[in-house]
Amino acid sequence: MGYQLDFGALVQYLGLFFEGTAVTLGLTALASLIGTGLGIAGAAASRSRHIWVRRSMAFYVELIRNTPFIVQMFFIFFGLPSVGLRLSALQAAALAMIINLTAYEIEIIRAGLEAVPPGQNEAARSMGLHSLAVFGLIVLPQALANVYPALVGQITITMLESAVVSQIAVVDLTHVADLIQSRNFRSFETYLVITLAYLVLAVLLRRLLALAGRGLFAGRAP
Amino acid sequence: MTDFTLWDIARNLLLAGRWTLLLSAIAFAGGGFFGLVLLLIRIGTGKWLRRAVSLYVELFQSTPLLMQLFMVYFGLPRLGIDVSAWLAAAVCLTLYSSAFLTDIWRGAVEAIPRGQWDGSASLGLHYLAQLRLVILPQATRMAIPPTVGFLVQLVKSTALASIVGFHELTRTAQILTNATFQPFVIYGMVALIYFAICYPLTELSRRLERQLMTSAR
Repeated sequence: MGYQLDFGALVQYLGLFFEGTAVTLGLTALASLIGTGLGIAGAAASRSRHIWVRRSMAFYVELIRNTPFIVQMFFIFFGLPSVGLRLSALQAAALAMIINLTAYEIEIIRAGLEAVPPGQNEAARSMGLHSLAVFGLIVLPQALANVYPALVGQITITMLESAVVSQIAVVDLTHVADLIQSRNFRSFETYLVITLAYLVLAVLLRRLLALAGRGLFAGRAP
Repeated sequence: MTDFTLWDIARNLLLAGRWTLLLSAIAFAGGGFFGLVLLLIRIGTGKWLRRAVSLYVELFQSTPLLMQLFMVYFGLPRLGIDVSAWLAAAVCLTLYSSAFLTDIWRGAVEAIPRGQWDGSASLGLHYLAQLRLVILPQATRMAIPPTVGFLVQLVKSTALASIVGFHELTRTAQILTNATFQPFVIYGMVALIYFAICYPLTELSRRLERQLMTSAR
């Protein structure tokens, strides 16, 4: 075969590459922050005394976890405008990622809450803390420490799955790959380099979050 | 332009759902076969071979499936190897599922207590007989619930084949949307079809898991 690999044809697109990386990481960070906040609220709600609150949480979690992310995103971006909610591609991508990650985080954090011994709750209450303080100061930190590795895994998966947002023309790392290969006709080299870039990002993200976890949950992690 | 009734849309989507199921089945069967081969290498004695399998698993678990698909579908033709959307999707999803299944099954094998290996060795069984008669039967029981759980992930992953133009459920939805301008209804229906495929599997996996937990006590 007469094909010569030429990675030099990629160098001039370095600026574009960094822009795409910034969008991918930015979306992931946004989804992680909001998703974790909502995940905590949702996990607490899924242990509510009211059965319809528990049921609606379970419904949401199952609906999202049993449908593909790309279909959720298409529904938000293409489907919602017909009921009057028109979002830009970037907004739709962010919303889809938040909705998706939240469902997984609810499930993970709920498992973490269940693993905290009930004695912790009772002891904290007997010290006169009101229920919100018991949850926020005693139970939740232990629950998060329990499941932190699973949360890190899920956030990494969200980052990798965000490659799909390129399909509604969000200029993320994958979209940048498409742009580059359509200009230099070096699709194999371009996709190889971008794939490796994702690999590096995933490994770094996991390391960084593990490091943060060691600081956050010092002495608590099981 | 012909008018599509709601039933026409639903029927076309359900028919396209067969391709989603077929692609999932192929990827699961192929991935299961390669996954088993990789598992045997991964729990074998060759240090470098073990590392190579770990690297393989890491590569597939830490890069987007979409990129893997693009590499095969758009990248390989540049190197002179032509692939159809159908072949690219089948090959990619097979490799992808082999990596995940190997990792799941490795966990199950490693959960078997060391004493089972030692005990069966003391009975004079050689390596393959140990695996076949003692280790794998026990590991299989443990591996089934997460394997069914992975099947859900695999079915959802086949939706990405739509991006390279393979006519499964999601791609058909895009085509129907372009013809009928009813994205809300169509993507809603598509989500329901995926849910109808995946939710029973999720529930089955959960039930098997619970059974395993109670029988282990």
